[in-house]
Amino acid sequence: MSSTDEVLALLREDARQSVEDIARQIETDPETVEEEIARLEREGVIRGYRAVVDWNRLDEEPVRAEIELNVTLDRETSYDDIAARLAKFDPVESLHLVSGDYDFMMEVEGESMREVSTFVSEQVAPVPEITQTVTHYVMTTYKAYGVEFDDGHDDDRLSVSP
Amino acid sequence: MKLADRVGRVGPSGIRRFFELAEERDDVISLGVGEPDFAAPWAARNAAIASLERGRTAYTANRGTRELRKLIAEDVRQFDLAYDPAEEILVTAGASEAIDLAFRALVDPGTTVAIAQPCYVSYVPGVRFAGGEVCPVPTDREDEFALTPEALADAGAAEAELLVLCYPNNPTGATMTAEALGAVAAFAREHDLTVISDEIYAALTYEGEHTSIATLPGMRERTVVLNGFSKAYAMTGMRLGYALGPSEVIGAMNRIHQYTLLSAPTTAQHAAVEALRSCDGAVEEMRTQYDRRRKFVLSRFEEMGLDCFRARGAFYAFPACPSDDANAFAEALLEETGVAVVPGDVFGEGGEGHLRVSYATGLDDLRTALNRIERFLES
Repeated sequence: MSSTDEVLALLREDARQSVEDIARQIETDPETVEEEIARLEREGVIRGYRAVVDWNRLDEEPVRAEIELNVTLDRETSYDDIAARLAKFDPVESLHLVSGDYDFMMEVEGESMREVSTFVSEQVAPVPEITQTVTHYVMTTYKAYGVEFDDGHDDDRLSVSP
Repeated sequence: MKLADRVGRVGPSGIRRFFELAEERDDVISLGVGEPDFAAPWAARNAAIASLERGRTAYTANRGTRELRKLIAEDVRQFDLAYDPAEEILVTAGASEAIDLAFRALVDPGTTVAIAQPCYVSYVPGVRFAGGEVCPVPTDREDEFALTPEALADAGAAEAELLVLCYPNNPTGATMTAEALGAVAAFAREHDLTVISDEIYAALTYEGEHTSIATLPGMRERTVVLNGFSKAYAMTGMRLGYALGPSEVIGAMNRIHQYTLLSAPTTAQHAAVEALRSCDGAVEEMRTQYDRRRKFVLSRFEEMGLDCFRARGAFYAFPACPSDDANAFAEALLEETGVAVVPGDVFGEGGEGHLRVSYATGLDDLRTALNRIERFLES
């Protein structure tokens, strides 16, 4: 693995670990790690750092929906054009062009079901190229970004063993 | 009740005392654990569950299921080992059973067994239970805890009938190159030693390739290779290991095994089949994590001026103890900081003056534990 790959792999596991700790794990110096990270950010490989939140543990949680979108293309309009328009909307958390029965998979977040529904019906559906939307409200999240939202497993190993 | 003499030939494990000290408090971060902190790969656990659902709870063939032995034969080819699943592979209840069987099949009262030390704590008792005599062969820091013909000669191993070695090593994390093993193999051939090679940590080799001594010229016919699923697949509690060797010795081990165990745990064998079929990725992921932690620990030791040779395998670092008495040091460290490590002399000759530090612990705990060790050293 190149040091870029290693830095990226470590950040993807825990973006909050210090550059010193990253350096120790790949046996390089903190300055090198810092440069790598700066370069990855500059080149737009790293687009941001966010917390993985288990909303079940909080009293209030946002409403999230996965929305399937079908679109129709013409000579002047490509997938990228449509995506660029959709991605501009703040409530859109993620947007992917996917294979299969529909074209885009879009994740939307809002404060209430009404807010999300209104957004879909008033902002998304009227986009001329969009022919169909199917909205799936998220009911429970069990795992996100590779993190399981369970209670973890207890370390039941003997504290000292051969 | 009058107990058999053999029980008295073996003292209680030196690890036991530290276990009891550590158990007394509940804020311990333990770097004293000799098993993975990961759970077994889910696919393997799932296969175990599925086998139970289908009611597959009967004995298996004494030697283990044919399917598992075939897969083991294919798997060990990565180390250039070639064994016939029908005659040369025995599936056991952990590599521990395989160690015991090997001693019982090869050791008579009075047989001398040379054991490269420091080493896993079961070899010496195993030899004594079988009535044999132990010839300890200390390795040292100068040789990065690799076994050398000089160490063997100095210890009088030329007179022994058997030699036991374990690389990558518990407790030192040492590995041996093909070249270094070649010199040991030459010694074994010259003095007609049978070799028991415990390679349970083979998959956890971080620098260089693992070489099995059995692949060296003239060694296959005199070597029993032991391995298992505990370390690489994080399946310690499933108790599943295996022995590879010429049909004669595997047959002899199986004769004892069929009357004592009958067969290794069936559920675990089903898990192991799936582990070999589909869990290479999980093994590689765990190996990557261990390797990062290894580098983290070695870097931290260097920063705090703790002298530690470069461990290249298993999941242990083996720093020199900064004070004369490693036992007192480990005890004080536990008492004052709540960090548990194991003094090296527990693992035999050559281990004194050192500490076994296991990095089979998550990075967060490892970071905290090493910070505490650093502060302890400063005080």
